[in-house]
Amino acid sequence: MSELPLWAAVPVAMLVVAGGLLTLLGCIGLVRFQSFYARIHAPTLGTSFGMIFVSLASIIYFSVTGMRFASHELLLIVFVTITTPATLMLLARAALHRDRAEGRSDVPLPRSMRQNEDT
Amino acid sequence: MNRVFPHPVLSLGLLVIWLILQQSLSPGNIVLGAIIAIGAGAATGALALTRPKLKKPWLVPVLFVVVTIDIIRSNVAVAWLILTQGSGPGTARFLEIPLELRDPNGLVFLSMIITSTPGTVWVEHDQQANTLLLHILDVIDEQEWIDTIKGRYERLILEILA
Amino acid sequence: MSVALLEWSVLVAQLLLGIAMICTMWRMIVGPRAQDRVLALDAFYVTAMLMLVTLGMRTNITLYFEIALIIALLGFAGTVALGKFLLRGEVIE
Repeated sequence: MSELPLWAAVPVAMLVVAGGLLTLLGCIGLVRFQSFYARIHAPTLGTSFGMIFVSLASIIYFSVTGMRFASHELLLIVFVTITTPATLMLLARAALHRDRAEGRSDVPLPRSMRQNEDT
Repeated sequence: MNRVFPHPVLSLGLLVIWLILQQSLSPGNIVLGAIIAIGAGAATGALALTRPKLKKPWLVPVLFVVVTIDIIRSNVAVAWLILTQGSGPGTARFLEIPLELRDPNGLVFLSMIITSTPGTVWVEHDQQANTLLLHILDVIDEQEWIDTIKGRYERLILEILA
Repeated sequence: MSVALLEWSVLVAQLLLGIAMICTMWRMIVGPRAQDRVLALDAFYVTAMLMLVTLGMRTNITLYFEIALIIALLGFAGTVALGKFLLRGEVIE
């Protein structure tokens, strides 16, 4: 790594460690939470600010040293922010679909079926 | 105009991404990027997506700031839950919310906002009843969550698209 | 001085991300259900991508960032394909 002035090195160091810590916390949640629907919340820590902190650290580092234009990190932030909700929604729907197909009682039924039960 | 540029914003975004990836503003790259951007824009025109009509576009930055602040707050909240209640909070549950928003583009916006916020996931939308099924990690007061979703996000999106 | 600070902080971040990758792999192996494994795979992709960004910072090699971008795109495509399969493929395990 190259020499940075201290005013830039301290934020870079803090951001990169904070990003790693947030991502680790998300993955610990992924391991320790008991139900799938609780677990699906955990990785969003890594994909929101875990990813943004690490990318920001990299942007500051390469901008201050002037080695390269930090274009890839900007694109990473945009891609991951757009794609994560899509995958998580799809997984949540798939899990609900499978649980309903197995007739589990701990997930809500489709609205149309619930109204039939009431009458 | 509509034939060649069915989605001008999408085409412009593709051109910008192309130039950022190539890391150059040379005429050759601009021409190549423009060809790709126009071609891809025309290709998505065949999909006949409805383009969102923003009535109050100046409210989009407001929504962006509100969502960013909420994502920061819920990052802290979920990190705290993972640290303190390791085996999963007993307050995680499904929640059904009636919506007023019916515009498909607005619903896409809302789903992106809700799912990218840690602690809330959009599970299902019932088109007939126009209700939304969410899973929320930490429900202490149901009404508080309904007010957050409807008052903070849905109202702003309704105003932007109105 | 600042080089030592940066090298240590990036090393710490890489250790944290490495433990995070082990956590996601554990969830991928243990399951218990297919959706858990797919969710863990998605988290694994993101963590690996962040690991590559820190590697790029450590070595000053631009190639790592290109790989990170490719992993981000492939991870998305792979997870969506698997999610679609869970939604429409074999319903009961």
